[in-house]
Amino acid sequence: MSEIILEAKNICKDFHDPVTIRVLNNINFSINKGDFVSITGKSGCGKSTLLYILSTMDTDYEGELLIDNVSMNEKKEAQLAKVRNEKIGFVFQFHYLLNEFSVLRNVMLPGLKLGKYSEKEVEARAMDKLKMLDIGHLAQKSVNQISGGEKQRVAIARALINDPHIIMGDEPTGNLDKKNSEIVFDIFKKLAEEFNQTLLIVTHDQNFADRTHRTIEMEDGRILNSKANAFNS
Amino acid sequence: MNVKLIFSIAKSLLLARWKQTLVAAIGVTFSITMFITLLSFMTGLNDLLDGLILNRTPHIRLYNEIKPNVNQPLNLATNTEYQHNFISSIKSGNSRQEIYNYAAITEVLKKDERVLGYSPKIIAQVFFNDGAIDITGIVNGINIEDESKLFHFNEYITAGNASDVEKLSNSIVLGKGLADKLLVNIGDVIQLTTSKGERFPLKVVGYFQSGLQEFDKTQSYASIATVQKLLGKPSNYVTDLQVKLKDIKAAPAVTKEYARLFNTDAEDIQTANSQFETGTFVRTLISYAVGITLLVVAGFGIYNILNMMIYEKMDTIAILKATGFAGKDVKRIFIVIALSIGFFGGMAGLLFGFGLSSIIDQIPFNTAALPTIKTYPINYNPMFYLIGSVFSLITTYFAGWFPACKASKIDPVIIIRGK
Repeated sequence: MSEIILEAKNICKDFHDPVTIRVLNNINFSINKGDFVSITGKSGCGKSTLLYILSTMDTDYEGELLIDNVSMNEKKEAQLAKVRNEKIGFVFQFHYLLNEFSVLRNVMLPGLKLGKYSEKEVEARAMDKLKMLDIGHLAQKSVNQISGGEKQRVAIARALINDPHIIMGDEPTGNLDKKNSEIVFDIFKKLAEEFNQTLLIVTHDQNFADRTHRTIEMEDGRILNSKANAFNS
Repeated sequence: MNVKLIFSIAKSLLLARWKQTLVAAIGVTFSITMFITLLSFMTGLNDLLDGLILNRTPHIRLYNEIKPNVNQPLNLATNTEYQHNFISSIKSGNSRQEIYNYAAITEVLKKDERVLGYSPKIIAQVFFNDGAIDITGIVNGINIEDESKLFHFNEYITAGNASDVEKLSNSIVLGKGLADKLLVNIGDVIQLTTSKGERFPLKVVGYFQSGLQEFDKTQSYASIATVQKLLGKPSNYVTDLQVKLKDIKAAPAVTKEYARLFNTDAEDIQTANSQFETGTFVRTLISYAVGITLLVVAGFGIYNILNMMIYEKMDTIAILKATGFAGKDVKRIFIVIALSIGFFGGMAGLLFGFGLSSIIDQIPFNTAALPTIKTYPINYNPMFYLIGSVFSLITTYFAGWFPACKASKIDPVIIIRGK
C-alpha cells in the first residue's frame, strides 16, 4: 500500500560468549512509512538486540536489512554512520545528552554533522524542533540544569533534527515517571499522526505498546505475533 | 569535511576537563622550555669553547716545515728499477723557513673568491731575560689589523692598546702569564735574546689573555717589522701565512690545492683541531637526547590523560557514533585534542624557553680564563625553536594516536546497552 521504510529479512544473531546461543531466529518484518510500531516482550527475548541490528550499530548478524530499499549488509562503518546520521533518529532509555554542550547545541550536533544546512539554518531548525516539543525556553541552558523528562524531550528533538526516515526508541519511557511518560508518548503519537513520522519503539510497558498502531510481540528470539492495535486515543 | 564541527567538539571536551588539559599542557610547556634552554645554553657554551681555539686558528696555514729533503742525492744518482737505497741518519737540510714567493702567493690569495682574508705571521723562538734567568718564549710577528679582523686578536688584549704595537717600533704585547713571570708592567722595557744570540730591548705596550694559561705563559706578539729586525731578515721574510676562508668546510680541499700550487706545507683546521668538532658534536647530541627524553615523558603524560578522558567520555563517544559520527571522526576529534595540547603547550614552552635563556644570558659569569665573557653564553638559534615546535607536535600527535584509535573502535551498542 505505502512505501516500505525498513525491512528485515531472515535476521539471525548468535552470542558466542561463553557458549553459542541463538538470540534472534529468522526475524522477518517490514515497516511502512508513517507506521507507529512497538516491539514488546519479556526481558532477554532479544528485542533490544534486534533494535540495535535494525539501527545499523550492530553489524554482527546473518540475514538482510534494508533501509529505504537499500541493503545495509555491504556497507562500511563510515557509510553506516552516514545512514544513521541521515535516516535514523534515536531515543534511548537514558537521555545520553552531552554535558559539555548547551541544550540547543546538543540538538544541533547531528545536523551539523550532516552538513546539509548552514550553521545558522541548523540552529533555526533546532529551535523549531524544541519549540514544537514546548521546550524552546530551555535552549540556552546547560544539560545539567534541566529535569529528566525535559532531557528526554531534548533527546527526541535531537532525533528529529535531520528529518529522519524513522525514529527508533529503546525503552524511551523506561526511566520516566508516569506523567513524563505520558508527555513522551503524546509527542510520539503527535509525530506519527500529524507529521506522518515513522516510529519503531522497543518497550516493555504494555500500556504504551497497546496504544501504538501496531505491536510486534517477541519471545525467545522469535516474533510471536504482529497485530494491529485497535485505534484509540 | 566538518573541520569546524570537529574542532568545536574537541574544544568543548578540552574545556570540560580544563584542569587535566592544563596539567598535560604544562608537561609539554615544561619539556619544550627545558629543551630550548638546554640547547641554547649548551650550544652557547660550545661556541664559546670552540671559539677559544677556532676563532684564533686559521682555516689554512701555509708554512715550510723543517724536514729532510725527500730527494736525497743518493737516490738521484742511482735511481734504477733494480735497486732500493736504505739511508740511515738523514739530517734535515739547511732549508729556509720562510715562504717562497710570498708576494706572488698573496696576489693569488687576494684574487681567490673562496678566501675571506689572510694574515702573514713570523714565529721566532726567543729567550726573555729576567735577571739571571732566561725564560723560553715565542714572539709572533703579526699584522695587528689583519689579525684583529680575522682572528679577533684585539678581543684578547686585557690591558694596553694593541695598535701601539704597530705605531711604536720595538714594542711587544706579552701574554699575561709571561708578564707575571717577568714581573713587568706596561711601559717597562724587557730584554730578550734571539736564537742567534743577539740581545734586543723591547717596550711592553699591553697584555693579552687567551683563556689558555699555558699558551699565555710563552706567547707574545710584536709587529712583523719588529720581528724581522729581531731575526735580521729582510722585509719579505714571512714564515707563516694564515688564511681564513668564507666556508670552513672547504678548508681540506683548498689546503691540498694550495699545497700543490705553492709547493709548500699546508695544514687545514679540521686536521689541526679535530678534537673540537668531536666535542661539539657529542655535547650537542647529549642536549638533543635530554630534550627529546623530556618531550617523550610529556608525551606519556598526554597519552595517560587522553586515555582517562576516553574512559570518562565513553558515553559521549557512543552517542556521537550513534548519531552518525564515523570512527574516523571520533579519531580526528581526539587527535585534535592531543595536537592542541601540544600546540598551546609548545607555544608557551617556546616563550618560556626564550625567557629562561634570556635570564641565563644576564647571569654574570666572570672567569680569569675568559676575559671577554661577562655573562653566561646563550645561542639564540631560531632552529632550536623550530625543532622544539615540530617535536612538540609530533610527540603529542603520537601520544594522541593510540587513545584516538581506541576511541574510534568503541562499540556504541556495548556502552548504550550497558546502562
